[in-house]
Amino acid sequence: MRMESDLNRFRKIVRGKIKKELRRFISSGDLIGRQGKKQITIPLPRIDIPHFQFGSNQQGGVGQGNGEAGDSINQGEPQPGEGQEAGNSEGQHNLEVDVTLEELAGILGEELQLPNIENKGKKNLEDKQYKYTGILKQGPESLRHFKRTYKEALKRSIATGTYNADNPIIVPIKEDKRYRSYRVQHLPVANAVIIYMMDVSGSMGDEQKEIVRLTSFWIDTWLSTQYEGLERRYIIHDATAREVDQNTFYRTKESGGTLISSAYRLALKLLDEHYPSNEWNVYLFHFSDGDNWSGNDTAECMKILESQILPVSNLFCYGQVESRYGSGQFLRDLQKHFGENSAKLTTSQIKDRDSIVDAIKTFLGKGK
Amino acid sequence: MISGYETRLTQELQDIASRLGEVARKAGLDFFDTIFELVDYKQLNEIAAYGGFPTRYPHWRWGMEYERLAKSYTYGLSIIYEMVINNNPCYAYLLRANDLVYQKTVIAHVYAHCDFFKNNYWFGKTNRKMLNQMANHALHIRRLINEVGHDEVESFIDCCLSLENLIDLHSVFRPNPKSPEDLDEYARPKPPPRIRAKKYMDTYVNPDEFIERQKEKMAEEAARVKNFPENPERDVLKFLLEYAPMTGWEKRVLAIIRDESYYFAPQAQTKILNEGWATYWHSKMMTQLAPLSESEIIDYCDHFAGVVASQPGGLNPYKLGVELLRHVEKRWNRGQFGLDYLHCDDPKHRSEWNTNAGLGKKKLFEIRRFHNDITFLDEFLDEDFCHETKMFIYDFDRRNNRFVISSRDFGKIKSRLLQQLTNFGQPIIRVIDGNFKNRNELLLKHEHEGIDLKHDAALETLKNLHRIWRRPIHIETIYEESRRRISYDGSSHQIEKVT
Repeated sequence: MRMESDLNRFRKIVRGKIKKELRRFISSGDLIGRQGKKQITIPLPRIDIPHFQFGSNQQGGVGQGNGEAGDSINQGEPQPGEGQEAGNSEGQHNLEVDVTLEELAGILGEELQLPNIENKGKKNLEDKQYKYTGILKQGPESLRHFKRTYKEALKRSIATGTYNADNPIIVPIKEDKRYRSYRVQHLPVANAVIIYMMDVSGSMGDEQKEIVRLTSFWIDTWLSTQYEGLERRYIIHDATAREVDQNTFYRTKESGGTLISSAYRLALKLLDEHYPSNEWNVYLFHFSDGDNWSGNDTAECMKILESQILPVSNLFCYGQVESRYGSGQFLRDLQKHFGENSAKLTTSQIKDRDSIVDAIKTFLGKGK
Repeated sequence: MISGYETRLTQELQDIASRLGEVARKAGLDFFDTIFELVDYKQLNEIAAYGGFPTRYPHWRWGMEYERLAKSYTYGLSIIYEMVINNNPCYAYLLRANDLVYQKTVIAHVYAHCDFFKNNYWFGKTNRKMLNQMANHALHIRRLINEVGHDEVESFIDCCLSLENLIDLHSVFRPNPKSPEDLDEYARPKPPPRIRAKKYMDTYVNPDEFIERQKEKMAEEAARVKNFPENPERDVLKFLLEYAPMTGWEKRVLAIIRDESYYFAPQAQTKILNEGWATYWHSKMMTQLAPLSESEIIDYCDHFAGVVASQPGGLNPYKLGVELLRHVEKRWNRGQFGLDYLHCDDPKHRSEWNTNAGLGKKKLFEIRRFHNDITFLDEFLDEDFCHETKMFIYDFDRRNNRFVISSRDFGKIKSRLLQQLTNFGQPIIRVIDGNFKNRNELLLKHEHEGIDLKHDAALETLKNLHRIWRRPIHIETIYEESRRRISYDGSSHQIEKVT
């Protein structure tokens, strides 16, 4: 198609725009909920060539139809003098661009300069499946498609006039024969799991959850391009922990105290039962305001992390959001215990929406 | 023309096309040979994105347009009704998936467009070999891209496109200006003209004060000549081509953009009339001259309803055009014109007025020959029509943040319509001074007619102008209710009041 290269030029410009606006998108949450199965619709300001032109808001117009003076004509942006079918109707709408998740993750990766993830050193597990997908004119006799072959032969004999309805004998020749063809499909086996843990104690407000939501969305977007199959598990906790589905994860509001160790124990249980560490890349993200109930529990957390969780995981990330009551102690405890720059443990303080980008960069910037 | 696909009409369509062609010619239409191509929607979208041409210079905005068309086709928001190029021969495209009734309608519609292209005065100066010209432009720019680099050329095209509306629609109809005549054969200034008189009367007929005044006048005239440009120049692109410090390839790009801009201008100038004319004829042909069969007529009505559908608040050029043409036809058939008719105040008498003049058809052909949208509406849009077709004007209601109907008054409607169509809906901008402040700066002036320039777009456009002129740019306009000069000096914008 001749249009191809112009289309690519346009897409390049769009990509540039998305990149420029990415930080805004990340912190505004505009994109979440706009995702279809594989695609996300991104609203961008219309890309336009500026002219000396009339402003639209001052400019009324002439129309046709019923109504009294003062009646609303029920439209946002009028395009006077342009018809529906003229092909150049829609005027000033925003540009809605569809990008695939992969593309978006690519842009994210470029913008944040995220390194690609080093696999844990295991081979990606893959399964093969043979599937009959089409019909070919050549093939082994064992795969001959009887019905299709018969049809072809019938068509040919009718067309050439050798078909006799009283004696309907059809003899296929070589050109009539049709064979099944197959394709090998590589089925990726899920080989990475993300466990999201969130503190839902009373001090975590809606804004804090929104921040967690945004951060996890982008982490998801990035990791899903790095692994063919990605599993997600969600844990919420206050003084006790339980596993929930994605929806509940973001929406639950509980109250009560905070025992972080409860979440870590549950995570550990999940890993032990479902995700043996020699087959799985394991990512754990924990978000909390860092207000753990007691020093004892914190010590307990450190123990679980150090001896049991960290050895089996690729990465453990702790994001501390700032709640109304200020920031908690847990972040500092972690940093004191493991050092600021531990190989598998990454911490980040997410003060507000604007620091989401930095948190993502800290979490994923190591390429683990 | 389009490689890789069979685009010739099927025999059935070919027969229909030639039969309808005959009918159209018999009815008085006179058009270039018209070549139809049968394309699928992807090709049609592609061609439409290229403004009707199979090849254009490489640029991202075709891609953007294509994506938009493709999307609105996918979602069923709009379909392209017909696509025809003003060229000799005319090229027109039919969508393969359309049913036969639709194809017939489109073919008839296209013939009328071709007739309009060929005969309308405003198209008289357009290049009838534009198909080739466009391909040449494309080739030319591709070469420049190879020489100079894709990004450079493309961003410069962006610049030029940003200025593409700054042309003078009427300049193509004006003879070239003559060179100044007030120098004598030795290029010395001529002595001031004297009134012929006998010698002894000369001091009385041409007294010293008179000679002085004449001298002053000439000096004034000379000063005016020194203005640069001599007279305010509407064709800003031409002015830039002549005087802006551009490199060779930049000049070529700008010249190409200007050329194409002039080619497309008459289409914008005659949108209502041209579509009205085509719609008038396809409906006449489908229902009277080469009537469809009974089984087809429902489909036809369905299509037609779509063509002349009006959105709330929108003005459909097809609908307005065809209704006004029919209105004129009726008036001239019944002799509803002339002083007697105009001075007749009795509505009953007026509506029953019929002299059986039968001049409708003649009048329509006259209109298609001489008029553009502005003159057409100016001359024929009358109060009766306005009320019959329920026209109104709407304005933006700031308090409620929406558009509301503001009036149904005939005078207001008409003046608003004409105002919108003036300079095909573009602001009128002239180069006033190419050596502003004696510092080689460029001063433009926007002739303000009640509507401000879109401010952010204007600021960006100034930047683009600066890219070409390479010296500070100023434009005088009205902004925030007072006369101001908006300037761009290469790094920042200034806005100052002017008195």
